Amino acid sequence: MANVVGSSVCRTAEDEGKPADWVPGGEKQTVVDPMKMFHELPREMQFITGSEAARESMRRANIDIAIAYPITPQSESMQQAGYLYDEGFIKEYYRAEEEIGTFSAISGASRAGVRSLTATSGPGLMRGMEAISSWPGARTPIIMLNMCRVINTPLAIQPDNIEMSFMLNTGILMLHAENQQDFYDYPLAAIMASEQVDVTLPAVVSVDGFFCTHARGPVKVTPAEYKLPPRDGWRSAVPAMDNENPPARISRDAPIQKSNFISYHMHASWQQEVFAAVERSAKYFRDYLGGLVEVINPGADDFIIASGCAVSQAREAVRQEGEQGRTVGLVKVKTIRPFPVEEILDAVKDAKRILIPEFNQAGWLHKEVCSVLYGRCDAVIKDGPRVFGGMTMPTEMILEWLAEFRKEVK
Amino acid sequence: MTEEVKRYNIRMAGIGGQGVVTASHIVSNGVVISGGFSSLVPFFGSEKRNAPVESYVRISNQTIYEIGEIIFPNVLLIFHPSVITLGKSYTMPFYTGLKQNGIILINSKKPIPFTRDEQRELDEKEARIYYLPATEMANELAKTDLATNMAMCGAISGIFGLPDPASLAASVKDRFVGKGIVVSGGTAALDSAIEKKFAKKQKLLEANQKVMDASIQYAIDQGWSEAEKPAKATA
Repeated sequence: MANVVGSSVCRTAEDEGKPADWVPGGEKQTVVDPMKMFHELPREMQFITGSEAARESMRRANIDIAIAYPITPQSESMQQAGYLYDEGFIKEYYRAEEEIGTFSAISGASRAGVRSLTATSGPGLMRGMEAISSWPGARTPIIMLNMCRVINTPLAIQPDNIEMSFMLNTGILMLHAENQQDFYDYPLAAIMASEQVDVTLPAVVSVDGFFCTHARGPVKVTPAEYKLPPRDGWRSAVPAMDNENPPARISRDAPIQKSNFISYHMHASWQQEVFAAVERSAKYFRDYLGGLVEVINPGADDFIIASGCAVSQAREAVRQEGEQGRTVGLVKVKTIRPFPVEEILDAVKDAKRILIPEFNQAGWLHKEVCSVLYGRCDAVIKDGPRVFGGMTMPTEMILEWLAEFRKEVK
Repeated sequence: MTEEVKRYNIRMAGIGGQGVVTASHIVSNGVVISGGFSSLVPFFGSEKRNAPVESYVRISNQTIYEIGEIIFPNVLLIFHPSVITLGKSYTMPFYTGLKQNGIILINSKKPIPFTRDEQRELDEKEARIYYLPATEMANELAKTDLATNMAMCGAISGIFGLPDPASLAASVKDRFVGKGIVVSGGTAALDSAIEKKFAKKQKLLEANQKVMDASIQYAIDQGWSEAEKPAKATA
């Protein structure tokens, strides 16, 4: 019997040992306009880990349900989510049995019209990829936190963000957090963008594992008494459904299940719409994040384009070059999907040399940038430097590459 | 006029159970309490006693951008001689990446005999090697070698003045008593159970403080203080 009070399906506060007059923390919060939360509310500085930053973000995100399966280095954040559930800031929370189950279940939750959160890391993401790649087409707004971790052999738990390359062509909104502050801000922005009626897509906020999740950094947070507006499940491209009485099948139905021109046609238009929705999300991210990119030293001859932790290393390189009297520009790419094509083109239009430091072997950001700048920019684009397997990129490495680059390209 | 950038990139190496990661949190938090900037990253494999542990702390009077492990430190803290003598370390040899004229603080009461190659490379780097009898201090003053990390934290304060001793003490309180608890043992409002626990923690804090004070003084007496000769450091 489902939904019997006291069953594992629907537990009450009393089942959890709460007093009869217990009020969930979330119900004591006040809903605030997202733009006000992102840009106007006062902020208090805390010196916390990235996992704790994720917790503070979730506390303010008005989340209905969280489902996750533990994996290093994500586990600590979802353990923190457990505290939020206990305090009443997340309404439902359970640990699934593994990642395909996790990501299938969270999809069902989203389809039912509630705000749904999950989290994972490298190998967990890869295990759940079948379910994940079905999210965008099903038009399910979901927020997933992804704490990047090595997926290739030799096995490691350190941050290497090659797994992000596997999501590039799924139709998922992708943000890449640079530090603990971003890991607080980006999930909130991603939730609001993903639930817009002309977007209705899942969003993944990735961060480079241990360097952010297990390290302390300064994070400016808004007052905990304010939360985002709740999700309105009816206000979406594909309306919420009663999962027990689904109005239609999600798969291509019997007459067109077999491949024929009608099914191809339907599939094409459906997919075109998904990727158009990705592009439509850009205007929301521009508002929420103050732009899809951050540009330092516009007009410089030398430019670094980076995302995630590589931005932090590049900032220090820019600072040290500045001490030597050399101006180096920097483009921080905040959103990988939608990819900020025009912003990047505009930033580097006068550049001579472009360096793209990355924390992975594939150089996926380099490929993205090249595909955008090809034929539209005169700069020479260098495919590196790169570090693999979770190593930090020393600032010295970027400085050496810059020095070499200047010798090669006058 | 902008203030000169002071920057200390510290790699701490020790063995599991010594409190290396705790020490890095305490130092880093102390710097932030004092109004400075700091970040830290721990690095370890399976969490078990005697396994190698490293932790990286960046300290500055200016905003810190970088993240991740410190490949090219200008300060090394060696919490246990076996990091060097038995190679219990993720970084071999232990001084790999050390910047020219960097500082190496080793927990050992007597100098460690380096191999000829090690000695040559340390000489080439003009490394300044300081020996601190941290375990002896801990045993003598706190009656436990568990306070070894406190001596190492104290030495950082003695050498760099960052964090200052008061902020370091506040950070230790943060760590063991938790934020927002005023340390005053006689508060009548506390029930007996908490009082008992509190008294224990108060004793722990006092013992830790003794070790830190002694270590700060030791560093100053040895002439290790950088206060008069701020080393301008880059990453």
